[in-house]
Amino acid sequence: MAIAAEDRAAAPAPPAPPPARTATGRGQMVVLTFVRSLVPVVLALLAGAVLLLVLGRSPVRFYSDVWRYGVELNNWQNSAVLMAPLLLMAAALVVVFRANIWNLGYDAQYLLGAVFVVGYGPWMFAHFPRPVAYAVLFVIAGLAGAIWTIVPALLRAYFGTNEIITTLMMSFIGIDVANILVKGPFQDPTVTIPQTKTIPYNDMLPNIPGTHIHVGFLVALGIVLVLHYLLTRTSFGLRLQVFGENPKAARHVGINVRRLIISSFLWSGFLIGVSAAVDILGLWSYVRSNWNPSYGNTVIPFVFLARLNLLAVIPFVAFYAVLSTGGDLATQAVSLPTDFLLVIVALILLFMTIIEFLGRRRELGQSYLTKGLREALRQPLVRRRRSP
Amino acid sequence: MADGALGAGMSPTDPGAPAVELVGISKQFPGVLANDDVHLAVRRGEVHCLLGENGAGKSTLISILSGMQRPDSGTILIDGEPARIRSPRDALKMGIGTVYQHSTLIPALSVLENLMLGESRRIVLDRGRARARMAEIAKMLGVEVDPDARTGDLALGRQQQVEIISALWKGSRVLVLDEPTSMLTPQGVEELEKVLVQLKQQGTAIIFITHKLHEALAVSDRITILRRGRAIGELSSEEIRSSTPEQNRATIVRLMFGDATDIGDAPELQTRIEDVEDLGARRLTIAAGDEEEPILELKSVSAPGDGLEPGIVDVSMKVRAGQILGVAGIDGNGQRALAETIAGQRRARTGSVELFGTPVNRLGVSARQKLGLRYVTDDRLGEGIVRNLSVSINLLLKRIGEQPFWRRGRIDARKVNAAALELVAEYDIRTPGIATRAGTLSGGNIQKLLLARELSLGPKVVVFNKPTYGLDLRTTENVREVIRRLTAEGAGAVLISTDLDELLELAGEIVVLSRGRLVGTVQNGRDAAERIGALMIGDGDSPGAVA
Ligand SMILES: Nc1ncnc2c1ncn2[C@@H]1O[C@H](COP(=O)(O)OP(=O)(O)OP(=O)(O)O)[C@@H](O)[C@H]1O
Ligand SMILES: [Mg+2]
Repeated sequence: MAIAAEDRAAAPAPPAPPPARTATGRGQMVVLTFVRSLVPVVLALLAGAVLLLVLGRSPVRFYSDVWRYGVELNNWQNSAVLMAPLLLMAAALVVVFRANIWNLGYDAQYLLGAVFVVGYGPWMFAHFPRPVAYAVLFVIAGLAGAIWTIVPALLRAYFGTNEIITTLMMSFIGIDVANILVKGPFQDPTVTIPQTKTIPYNDMLPNIPGTHIHVGFLVALGIVLVLHYLLTRTSFGLRLQVFGENPKAARHVGINVRRLIISSFLWSGFLIGVSAAVDILGLWSYVRSNWNPSYGNTVIPFVFLARLNLLAVIPFVAFYAVLSTGGDLATQAVSLPTDFLLVIVALILLFMTIIEFLGRRRELGQSYLTKGLREALRQPLVRRRRSP
Repeated sequence: MADGALGAGMSPTDPGAPAVELVGISKQFPGVLANDDVHLAVRRGEVHCLLGENGAGKSTLISILSGMQRPDSGTILIDGEPARIRSPRDALKMGIGTVYQHSTLIPALSVLENLMLGESRRIVLDRGRARARMAEIAKMLGVEVDPDARTGDLALGRQQQVEIISALWKGSRVLVLDEPTSMLTPQGVEELEKVLVQLKQQGTAIIFITHKLHEALAVSDRITILRRGRAIGELSSEEIRSSTPEQNRATIVRLMFGDATDIGDAPELQTRIEDVEDLGARRLTIAAGDEEEPILELKSVSAPGDGLEPGIVDVSMKVRAGQILGVAGIDGNGQRALAETIAGQRRARTGSVELFGTPVNRLGVSARQKLGLRYVTDDRLGEGIVRNLSVSINLLLKRIGEQPFWRRGRIDARKVNAAALELVAEYDIRTPGIATRAGTLSGGNIQKLLLARELSLGPKVVVFNKPTYGLDLRTTENVREVIRRLTAEGAGAVLISTDLDELLELAGEIVVLSRGRLVGTVQNGRDAAERIGALMIGDGDSPGAVA
C-alpha cells in the first residue's frame, strides 16, 4: 500500500545532506554532551581550590594528597571497596529515574537490608556452607529493600500518589525500624553499646586474589553491566524509557503501566538491599545504631551527570570513591573536617544546576535529566511559552 | 466562509519600510536545511500568508522570528532596523506576538490569570492594570471575553481570542498565527477573520500559516510559498486580485509541490458536489449489506470524560467489514472518549464493546490490538510519539517485545531498522534518517509516522481521530486514499472528524455526536450535509459552538 509512490516519483527526493555535515553534527553533539558532563566536576574542583586558598591551605597539596591517599600505592584498592555499594546504589537509582519515578527512600532500604544481613548472618554462617549463606543473605537483603518500596509503589500505581512524599515518609519509618532492630532483636548481648552481632572475619566475602578488594566489587560491577544491557537492549528497558519520557504514550501503546511502576520500584529496592549486603559482608561486618552512610545522597549528582547511563556511571563513581577515600586523609593533613568533601559534592551539584539552567536557554548538549524529570522539576514554575 | 471579506481596499496606505523583514534566514538541523536563505517582508496592515507542504520550514521560520530558535545566518529587521531577538521575551517586547498551533493556555486558570502569566517576572501582579490592558486590546480586536471565565470552559474560538490578546499584550506590531484555523468551527473561522480585519486597520502586520488554500486566498494580501526550506514564490495582492481563484490555486499548488503534481482534482480545491454524491451513493451500497455481521459494535456504551472533556453516554454503533462509519460533531463533544473507549485506553462504565462478536470490555489496549484493532490518535505529540526516541523505535512502539523485532526480550536492531526503513519509504515520511528523534519531524510527517505504525501488519478495524488536521493538501489526499484502500481491502473504519467535507467524501453512514450522545444517523447522499448540520445544531449550544 504505497501511500505516495507516484508523488515521490514526481517530486525529486530532498537533496541528501552532505554526510560529513551530519557526522560533525552528531560528533559535535557527543563532544558537547561529554563536556557538559565534565564541566561541573572541573568547576567544582577549581572552586574547591579557591576555597582552600581562602582558608589559607594549599590546594596543590590537598589535591595531590587526595591522589596519593586515594590512588597511589595500594590505596586505589580502598577506593574500589567503596565503589561496590555506590555502584549498586547508582544502578538502583537509574532503574527508577529512567522511568521518571523518584525513589528517595534509599536510606531506609539500605539500612533494612544491612540490618537483616547482620541479624541473620551469624546464624546462617553457623548452619550453612558459605556460598549458600551468601546467596540467601543477598536475597534477604534485597527483599528487605524491595518490600520497603511496596507501599509507595502501590500508591503510585493505583492512585497516582506522589512517590517523593511517600518514599520519604517510608524512609523515616524504615530508619527507625532499623534502629529498633539494632537495639532489640539483633542487638549483641555481649556489649553494652547498641550494636548488632558481628559477622565472623572468616565468613566475610573473600578478596580478589592478590588484592584486599572483596569480590563484592566484582559482583557490583557485573550487576551494573548486566543492568546496562537490560536497560538499553531489552523490551523492559525500552518500556521503562517510554514511560519515563511520556506516560501518556505508554498508555496509548498499551504498556501495562501499573506493572511497570511496581516492578521498577521493586527492582530499585532490591538493588539497594543488595548494595547493603555487599557493603556489610565485604566491609563493615556489623551495624551500630544511628549509623547511616547515606550513599544515595552522594551518588545522586553523579547519576545525573552520567545522564542515567550506567556505563558512564562507573567512572563518576570511581571519581567520587577516590575523592572520598583520599579526601579522608587529605582533609586531615590540612586540618579541615572531612565535611569539606561534601562541600565539593555540593559544588558539583551547584554547577550542574547552573549549566542545566543555561543549557535550557542555549543548546549546550543534552540535559542531565530525562524529559519527564525535567518537567517534574519545572512544574512549580510553570512557564507560558512552549515550543511551537 | 465569507469569501473575500478581507479583500478590497485593505492594501496598506503608507508603503514605508516593512514592519518586519526577514533577510537571508538559514537554519540547518541535523540532516535538514529547514530554512535556506529565506526572505520575507511583511508590511503594516497586511496579512501575509505562508504556504508550503508539511516540513517545508514554515514553523521553523516563525519560531526564529518569535525567538524560540536562532538562525544560523540572516537578520531580522524591525521597521528597517536590525533587531536582536534572542528569546521569546525579546520578541514580545518588540511587539511580535505569536499564537502557536497548540494552545499554551492553562485551562484551570481564569482568562485574566492566563494573561498575567506572561508577566510572571513581577512578584506582585497588578490585577487592575491587567484588566484595563485586556479591555483595551479586546476593544481593539472588537471581541468580548469575560476576564473571569475559566479558560477551559470557553469555546475553542474564544480561547484563541485569548491567545491573540496575550500575543498582543506588549504591543501589536506583528502577529504571527501558526495554523490558527485547523481546530476551529466555521463560525470560529469567521470570527477570526473579523479580528484580522480589525488588526489590519490598526496597522498590525500579520503572518498567517495555513494548509487551506481557500482561506489563504480569502484573507491574505500577499502569499509566500516555501518549499524545502526555500521561499520559491510570492504572490502579491495585485496578482491575487487580478487572477481568478482557480488560476491562483493552480499557481500556488504548482509552486508548493512542483510542476508534475496532478493535485488539481483534490476536492479541497474544487468541491464538486456531484462527485461527493456519487461517492456517497457508492458507500451506501456497500453499507447496505445489513445481514453481514458487524466487526465492531458498541452496545449502549457509556464512558467517563477526562477533566474538561466530556465522556460518552449510551452510544451504540456498528461497523461492518469494508465500511467507513463517519462520526460528525463539533470538537470536544466526546470524540476522544469514544475513540479511547473503542481502543481500550478508557474503560466503558456500562454497555459493551464487541470485536468480531465477542465482548472486549475487559481487554486492554494491546490485547485489542492483537485482535486487529488500531487507533490513529489525534493527540499526535501528546501520546502518539515519544519525542526523544528515534523514528524507528516510534514506528514499532506498539510492538515492543513482540516477535520478530524482539527475541526473548532482546531487541533485534537489524530487524527493527529494516522494518522502519520500509515504512519510511512506503509512507513517504520525510526524515533525515530513521535514527532521527521523532520529535523533530514536522507535524505532517509525524502523522505519516502514526499511520505507518497503525496500518502496518494487518489492521482489521481502525479508528481514525481527525486524521488529516494540519496536513498539507497532498498528504491529506494520500491519507484519505489510504483510508479508502484499507476499507476496499476489507477492513472497517471509524472516521471521527470535525471536517464535514471529509466525512461526506469518505463515509457511507454518518452518526452525529453531540455532548457525548449520538443524536442521529445520516446516510450519505444528496442533502446529507444539511441534515448533519441540523442534527449538530439541534443540540446546539455545546462547548465547541460559538454563539
Ligand atoms: N528542533 C528540530 N531539530 C531537528 N530538525 C527539525 C527541528 N525542527 C524542525 N526540524 C525539521 O525541519 C524541517 C521543517 O520543519 P517545520 O516544522 O518548520 O515544517 P512546517 O513547514 O512547519 O511543516 P508542518 O506543516 O508539517 O507543520 C522538517 O524537516 C523538520 O524535520
Ligand atoms: Mg508547522
